Amino acid sequence: MLGAALRRCAVAATTWAGPRGLLHSARTPGPAAGINTLATYDLVPEPKIIDAALRACRRLNDFASTVRILEAVKDKAGPHKEIYPYVIQELRPTLNELGISTPEELGLDKV
Amino acid sequence: MLATRVFSLVGKRAISTSVCVRAHESVVKSEDFTLPAYVDRRDYPLPDVAHVKHLSASQKALKEKEKASWSSLSMDEKVELYRIKFKESFAEMNRRSNEWKTVVGTAMFFFGITALIIMWEKRYVYGPLPQTFDKEWVAMQTKRMLDMKVNPIQGLASKWDYEKNEWKKRGQEEGAVTPDGGRDVCLWNRACCTSPLLLTWSSSE
Repeated sequence: MLGAALRRCAVAATTWAGPRGLLHSARTPGPAAGINTLATYDLVPEPKIIDAALRACRRLNDFASTVRILEAVKDKAGPHKEIYPYVIQELRPTLNELGISTPEELGLDKV
Repeated sequence: MLATRVFSLVGKRAISTSVCVRAHESVVKSEDFTLPAYVDRRDYPLPDVAHVKHLSASQKALKEKEKASWSSLSMDEKVELYRIKFKESFAEMNRRSNEWKTVVGTAMFFFGITALIIMWEKRYVYGPLPQTFDKEWVAMQTKRMLDMKVNPIQGLASKWDYEKNEWKKRGQEEGAVTPDGGRDVCLWNRACCTSPLLLTWSSSE
């Protein structure tokens, strides 16, 4: 399922990562536009896309959005509970490098 | 030609003064509903604005600390940063509720009120049932139908045993099979169980 959506993910990644250099507006859209768009697609983003989004949040000094993105990934997986742990496993080096805590570590996955 | 020239002069002045007025008007505060709003939505993870707009001093200090390495943030500070930017976490926004109990209960309540209204209606509004619903009448009616052999292949008369002068027992019908034997037909003719006749209050045999 992840493999099948890779092409679309890659396209999505390039579309929101690419035009940033061509924008003439003062404010770059940041990871929000891309993540919100990806959330409307019927797929769970590949770890490398999430990695790019997390690094974008780091560049913008936005810690809260990193947690939100991880929450969104888990939510997108829906009933397929094995996807989110895999994504976290793949992202673990980046999470450690940037000092990002998962929602579970922060206790935000409980009501 | 001259008129249009004059008009254009006047028009330019009018435009320039109105531009001044409009420029002043744009200093007026916009209504809240016209500005981007915060939403907690599964399909819009990163809202247009943060949840908390006006930060306290400690929150502002925390935002400064956010610019440094995130490894230096404590768990509480990380949660605080999250709560500044977002109102409810995904787990909170997706939580179940007991609202369905209220909805079902209210529906059943109004169902009950309707039942009371119908009971009142039957007692105080409706006249008596026609005589054609009396047990005796229905018996005579059924006898007449059997005498003229109504629906003798699969219907009423096929359920009657003309030799023994009684209703056929289950499994006794020749030819076509019906799922309910002769019972429901018999019951119908005794006017016990059909829906508009719930109002007869008669007991079934």
